[in-house]
Order: sequence, then C-alpha cells, then structure tokens
Amino acid sequence: MLELVTLGFMQRALAAGVVTAAVAGYYGVFVVQRGMSFIGSGLAHAAFGGVALALLLGGEPLWIAVPFTVVAALLITWVRDRTELSLDAAIGILFATAMALGIIFISRIPTYTTDAFTYLFGSILSVTWTDLWAVLAVGVIAAATLPLWGRWAYATIDREAARADRLPVRLDDYLLSVLIAVTIVVAAKVVGIVLISAFLVIPAASARLLSRRFLAMTIISVILGAGTAAVGLFASYFMDAPSGATIILAQTSAFIICLAGASLAGRRAAGKCPECS
Amino acid sequence: MPEAVEVKGLGIQLGDYRALTDVNFAAEPGDTVAILGPNGAGKTVLIKAILGILPAAAGEVRLFGRPVSEVPPEWIGYVPQQKTLDRSFPATTCDLVVSGKRRSWPGQISSSEHKMADKALAAVGAGHLCHKPLSWLSGGELERVYLARALIREPRLLLLDEPATGIDIVGEDDMYCYIEDYQKRSEAVVLMVTHDWIAAHHHASKALLLNRGVISFGAPEESLSDESMRAAFGHVGHIHGPCPEAPDA
Repeated sequence: MLELVTLGFMQRALAAGVVTAAVAGYYGVFVVQRGMSFIGSGLAHAAFGGVALALLLGGEPLWIAVPFTVVAALLITWVRDRTELSLDAAIGILFATAMALGIIFISRIPTYTTDAFTYLFGSILSVTWTDLWAVLAVGVIAAATLPLWGRWAYATIDREAARADRLPVRLDDYLLSVLIAVTIVVAAKVVGIVLISAFLVIPAASARLLSRRFLAMTIISVILGAGTAAVGLFASYFMDAPSGATIILAQTSAFIICLAGASLAGRRAAGKCPECS
Repeated sequence: MPEAVEVKGLGIQLGDYRALTDVNFAAEPGDTVAILGPNGAGKTVLIKAILGILPAAAGEVRLFGRPVSEVPPEWIGYVPQQKTLDRSFPATTCDLVVSGKRRSWPGQISSSEHKMADKALAAVGAGHLCHKPLSWLSGGELERVYLARALIREPRLLLLDEPATGIDIVGEDDMYCYIEDYQKRSEAVVLMVTHDWIAAHHHASKALLLNRGVISFGAPEESLSDESMRAAFGHVGHIHGPCPEAPDA
C-alpha cells in the first residue's frame, strides 16, 4: 500500500481526487439543500460537449471544456432567473443539447479515441500535471470563497430574507453555478462525466443525515468526500476498475452507514423525546 | 423631522400587470399601521416595495428621510407572509434567530449572541424553543420564531405580512401583545398586513385600506367605514351585515 503512494501517477490521482472531492463536498451542501442535485448531472453532460469539441480540435480538453461548461452553467441560471421555467427544465434543455453536440463532435473524429472513454468513466492513469495544477487552483478558489459560506447558507435557508437584507442573491446564484461547473470539469478526469454528479450529492446527503447544524453538515461532507475519494482510488488500483465507479461505490457505502447510524440515533431520540416520535 | 415612512405616488408594475397605482401615505415613529384589503389588492407588493425588493415604477418610498436603498437593512425587521424557509435545513431555532442579527448564517454562536437570541425568543413567548431543530417547529411556533428573528436586530421599522397566520386565537392575541410591547419600548413604526378587522381596530393607530391603490387611510374607525369597505371589496361582508344575495343561477 505504501509503495503505491510513492508512484507518480497515484500521487497525482490521489491529490486530484481528494481535493476535487473535498471541494465538491463543500459546494454539494448548497446543491443538496437548494434542491439542485440535478445540476451536477446537467453540467457534467455539458462538460462532455466541451471535451468532445477539444478532442475534435486536438486541443487540451481542460481549456475548452471549462469555458464550454461555464457558459452552460450561466445559461441554466439565466433561464431559471429570467423565465417561468423551473431549474430542472432549464438543466434538461442544456443537458440534452450539450450531449447532442458532444456526440456530433465525437462522430467527426476520424480515428478511434480512448480519451473520450477516460472522460466518461474516469481513470487514475490519466491525471497529468496540467490537470493537477487546475485541481489545486479549484481548491484555492474554493478556500477563497469560505468567507461567503454564511451568506450562501443564509440565502439557501431563506432566499426571501436574504433579498430583504439586500444580499446579492442573484449574483451568488451565478457565482455558485460557475464554481460548480469548473469543479465538475476538473474532476471529470478522475471520476468520469457519467458519475460525477454523485460527487456533489452523496457526501452532502450523507452528511445531512448525521448533522443538526449546517456547519457540521459542511465539515462532514468535505471529510466524507475526501475520504471516500482516497478509498475509491486505492480500490480502483487493486480491482483494476475505473476510478469513477470505485469512488462512487465507496461514497454509497458511506451513505448506507450514515443512513443506518441516523436511523439508529433517530430511534433512540424518539424514545427520549415525545415530539419527534 | 422627516416621517418614519413616507410613500409618495408609488406605482408598482409586475410585468404587464399594474399592481399598485399612486399610493400615498405616511407613518410616524410609534404608529402601527394596519394594511387591509381584498386578496390581490397589492398588500404584500407594498411591503416588498418598502423593503426595496420590488422597484418603484413611479413615485418613491422614503424611510427616516432617506431613499430605501440608503437605509441600513438592520433598521428593518421583516416577517414575510409565506415562510420560504427550507424546513429540511439542518439548524436550530437559535441559529435562525441569530441570523436575523448577523444578516448571515452563523457557523458558531457566541455567548452574547446566545443571550440576545434567548431574550428575543422570550419576548415572543418562545424562550423554550432555542435548541429545537427547525424541522420540529409547528406553524404557530415558526411565526413566533420569525418575529423573534425580526426583533433581535431591534428594528426601527417592523414590516409584518400577516404575522398571525396559523396561530390559534389565544396565540394570535399574544402575538399582537408582543408587537405592542416592543413598540412601546422602542418607538418603532409597525406596518402590518392583516385580514383581521378586529385586530386592526384594537391594535393599530392607523389603517390603510388598499385595492391596487389607496381606498382610505387614517384612524381605523374612520378608514374602515362601510363606505370604504364597499369601495375596496364591492360589499361590506357579513361581519357588518347580511350576506349579499347570490347572483342568479
């Protein structure tokens, strides 16, 4: 196990997986509490369109997929903000459009490409130094947004109160969607586009089961995200399976444990407290 | 000295719909203004315009002699009609009340903030709720907690949009008493949307009868006359007289 950590590709995969999972766990608490779980899936498919375009053009996927997905995120937020359509309808339209574009781009690539499958299902072997620098940048940006945690949480629990207090609720919606989009693109190499939405949802949902306060939920979500990413990456190596699948299965296992723990704790609390039986 | 609340020629446009036209009224510190009118009269729209959430298409709102945008938000306490609060959010009652003081969500609550929250909750008869998770609160308890969240910042203007919704008859009377207690201590001006004519007569110093514009404004006994009510509602309702005859089938 220790030898494994000395391998260059594994170090890069671990650093990329753990940092992106921690960042996704952090944004995930807002995604889950705002009822936006579908946005991860929508933006991941938008990222696929960007990656496919990059593969067709022969450029570095990251530099094309990031702006492509950011534009999709802004469009989704704009449609929800300026029309009567719900968020899931806005996501559904962009999701399908970006996927359709991605399929057309891929079909135009004259030779068979394994890169597309790397992005679809994730691979620990594929994380380059460029990817790693991008991951670290995403981590630094997420850390820089920590002072906004209270403002975002306030608007998450009560949007009307936040607007009445003249907080920039709309601006924060756009900012959060852009940050989620960038995180998804950067994490795509490790987790894969097909499964990446779970990165935003499962650790946060697991943390919700264990938390009675939002700060605790945030901290637990970040720790669960990072921990399960490390476990999943080791499992990927030993099982010779795509890293995206093993990470998500590690997260699901953690969710089941949290669910059992919460259920047990709930039964104990119900025995003590007549109001919650 | 400027009026605490001064609304001049206010018009609010919601898309193609003119929600309010030429609304004029003023309130001084210590006033409690009951805002009444039929459904869709623009009562909540008026409250949101005073908060600055809805922009004025015409006229202006001035609070304490300043345009709304220049008034510090902590001067205003607001209890909305529809509680848009996410009840699944992991939080205690104390967190919610302290957020009213901070205008941000508290990660940790200091002991001084805890004392302030306890005091605000006690002032609305909800001192025992501080550590209760939000998801366990009943509708009536949540109304009290919302009022505590508005009061913790010791506002100079209290905007209450149907504050007694979902509260039992005794609790409703208590609620008005809590508001009066705060007002006596603070000389705050209270604007309160209500459908309760009796409460308006008993607890308000002025009444504003609204139906997409001002029908009447003044002391409740004058403003809520049968004539004004006919103008606002089409008829006076069975509180003041017999039911209107049903239209021919």
